[in-house]
Amino acid sequence: MLNFIQGLGHSGLTFFQRLGRAHILLGHIMAGLPSMLLRWPLIIQQLYYVGVLSVLIILVSGFFVGMVLGLQGYNILVDFGAEETLGVMVSLSLVRELGPVVAALLFAGRAGSALTAEIGLMKATEQLSAMEMMAIDPIRRVLTPRFLAGFISMPLLAAIFSAVGIIGGDFVGVGLLGVDEGAYWSQMQASVDLYDDILNGVIKSIVFGVVVTWIAVFEGYDAIPTSEGVSRATTRTVVHSSLAILGLDFILTAIMF
Amino acid sequence: MNTRKTEILVGLFIAAGLVALFMLAMKVSNLNIYSTDAGYEITANFENVSGLKVKSPVTMSGVRIGRVSDISFDGERFEAVVKIRIESQYNTLPKDTSASIYTAGLLGEKYIGLEAGGDEENLQDKDKLKLTQSSLVLEKLISRFVDSFIDKDKK
Repeated sequence: MLNFIQGLGHSGLTFFQRLGRAHILLGHIMAGLPSMLLRWPLIIQQLYYVGVLSVLIILVSGFFVGMVLGLQGYNILVDFGAEETLGVMVSLSLVRELGPVVAALLFAGRAGSALTAEIGLMKATEQLSAMEMMAIDPIRRVLTPRFLAGFISMPLLAAIFSAVGIIGGDFVGVGLLGVDEGAYWSQMQASVDLYDDILNGVIKSIVFGVVVTWIAVFEGYDAIPTSEGVSRATTRTVVHSSLAILGLDFILTAIMF
Repeated sequence: MNTRKTEILVGLFIAAGLVALFMLAMKVSNLNIYSTDAGYEITANFENVSGLKVKSPVTMSGVRIGRVSDISFDGERFEAVVKIRIESQYNTLPKDTSASIYTAGLLGEKYIGLEAGGDEENLQDKDKLKLTQSSLVLEKLISRFVDSFIDKDKK
């Protein structure tokens, strides 16, 4: 019984300690941002690993999500004779919700886990300590460019996801099921608002990008430097960022719409 | 991976992302409404505006010439005050233009239809439309319909 209470207190304290460390690390990363602006090559390299390599999975899943939305939406809307509003349904669900959220979930699985594994292995093989020995701040040299790359990539990836998804919905709805093309696009333009829908979607994806890369970078930097520790940290990155995305999505939606 | 190839791919990625954002803004959203100039604003009082929303279209002969910019309630006269913003290219509407609230389709969106009168003077900014016709409330219509049957039965 006493052990149980002790364990509870211990895990609670560990949780708050990690939370505190994560925020202190975020502060250090942020402090490194201004000097990072002069070192574009580092960011471009990370943009390649974080952003470019995620494009394919975003393109394919965006297209299929759009096609499924077109198919499902058509089957429901045709009952009410309202299949012309298919474009509205596809575009609003993509721009407001699915674009930012699904793109962020894929991003966490594709790029976040890779970031954690890379940084965790750097720590396990003492590359980070070696940098410190050479008087190079590993946070500024390793973590900040990765964080910045995630921050830049995520909104772009979410926008690609939404755009490709709308084209996918057009492909199924207009191309295969015979919804009028003019109605698909004009109803969409009449109902989607630049500020209320698209800008809020972009804000969502920026928030998700910051949170996912922050979690990924922190878990890697905080990993126990063994192979087991790195594998656990990688798992935690994916689980925690997925939970954070879905939770934050609810809060952001409640504030915005 | 040589640097040049990386740089090109990153450039392509950023460009693709920006193109996607641009497409969302231009092709998917209603950006073309914001690109027009501010136009001028007129007000109209209605007895009932149920179903009308801010940004609902304002049309004349079926062509959209403006949007509803604000709906408020006049507590003294117990009427709804609707502000209508009309694009500045349509500045030749006569002063006795009348406004009615219509429904697009059977259960569709509400919009304001304007009909030109014969006055020689034109509407100016902050002018008020005098002739208005309220929104059709389905419940009132049904109750009137039912009442007419009851009256017949009595006779």
